[in-house]
Amino acid sequence: MSEKRILTTPIKSEDLENIQVGDIIYLNGYIVTCRDVAHRRLIEGHRALPVDLNGIAIFHAGPIVRDLGNDKFEMISVGPTTSMRMEKFEKEFVEQTGVKIIVGKGGMGPNTEAACKGQKAIHCVFPAGCAVLAATEVEEIERAEWRDLGMPETLWVCRVKEFGPLIVSIDTSGRNMFEENKVVFNQRKEKAIADICKEVSFIK
Amino acid sequence: MSNQAQIDSMTDTMSAFVALVGKKLPDDVEAKLAELRAKETSRLATTIYDTMAENQALAMKLNRPCCQDTGVLQFWIKCGTQFPLMAQLEQILTDAVLRATVNAPLRHNSVETFDEYNTGKNIGKGTPTLFWDIVPDSDQCEIYTYMAGGGCTLPGKAMVLMPGAGYEGVTQFVLDVMTSYGLNACPPLLVGVGVATSVETAALLSKKALMRPIGSHNSNERAAKMEQLLEDGINSIGLGPQGMSGAFSVMGVNIENTARHPSTIGVAVNVGCWSHRRGHIIFDKDMNYTITTHAEVQL
Repeated sequence: MSEKRILTTPIKSEDLENIQVGDIIYLNGYIVTCRDVAHRRLIEGHRALPVDLNGIAIFHAGPIVRDLGNDKFEMISVGPTTSMRMEKFEKEFVEQTGVKIIVGKGGMGPNTEAACKGQKAIHCVFPAGCAVLAATEVEEIERAEWRDLGMPETLWVCRVKEFGPLIVSIDTSGRNMFEENKVVFNQRKEKAIADICKEVSFIK
Repeated sequence: MSNQAQIDSMTDTMSAFVALVGKKLPDDVEAKLAELRAKETSRLATTIYDTMAENQALAMKLNRPCCQDTGVLQFWIKCGTQFPLMAQLEQILTDAVLRATVNAPLRHNSVETFDEYNTGKNIGKGTPTLFWDIVPDSDQCEIYTYMAGGGCTLPGKAMVLMPGAGYEGVTQFVLDVMTSYGLNACPPLLVGVGVATSVETAALLSKKALMRPIGSHNSNERAAKMEQLLEDGINSIGLGPQGMSGAFSVMGVNIENTARHPSTIGVAVNVGCWSHRRGHIIFDKDMNYTITTHAEVQL
């Protein structure tokens, strides 16, 4: 197996140029948990985010965090949540923040494709159900912003080391792995149905 | 043992068992994931499987729930009519969930509907959920403990087909779910299919089917054949781990069935994600227990 491909924040557009859908990367530096309400506050509420996301990464995730007191926190468990919920806001979100890597689960749609192409950003999947592993890749939670949103929705500013594997699902050319796969999956599905139906005529 | 001592003993055991189920996958799932990993060749698929294995090892080492979504607890009970704590079982299981919520810890996943607030305890109206089978003339109690996250609960679907649709219609129904919601439900999936009369009978069977071990088959020859056909068919789609493509899609397909009304075919699908957290425990009348799903574990 080839060496780990590691990106370090701050990330520039040219760092992402040669990365394509299906590639596996890892992240050093900063990733901030950012999901439904944070997107809504910025795009619909026009409230400035309390964290500068320019050149760094966001994580569609709602973690379990232990409060150690004195503004110190420990990441216990953090897994990706369904990215599609943020699709409605993501194009403007990327344009306004300059975020470079969006990490989540499952595919996203045409808005995010356009943002990734236009702003030179990527969407990646962190394997879901691997929340303990992800938590151990967080070196430190440096800040916690918008805590009024509660534990799942707080913006947890995480310093991470070799955070991944991150599987690229939308690249800077706007290619979308999930959408491409869907076409193939549906073709295969039709063939599978036809094959099975030849053998299940139990009602005669 | 006094009745209270028995209640305390069973509550202790079930609380520890719930925490175990949230941390360690049952033996059949672990074996199947290892088998599927060995059959994959692409770097993408093998990397995801290796990440899953690493996560499971870390969950044991750090004593944490392996997935952050620990679900709403369900208990599938086969209780003998002579089991001494039959009347106390609901309270025992509720107390066990409450304790596991603090000790495991489990995520707070019980939101009261209409009032729309999270109870913060994993206990609410009808949660944890108990499904009962009563077994005459037995003094033991079998319990399947199950926690499913939101991701693999979402694809659940039931409908009533006209008989003209036949088992061909059942096939179409199941496969359509696989390429729509199934894709995001964390494959490789365990697929449960219920075939009966109406939505509620089919739905119940489809979830019950997920309690059956991977590799087991329906006792009806045709149903067993259909299990295999569906498994091979869904695998041929190549969803791969996380739905990101690979050589396989599922850990298995389990069908449960009953007789049906001549005018209807009720069909339902439920899926379990790769992190299929199911545990089976049997209590005797003295509250001694046997765990069948997880060998060599200590509670």
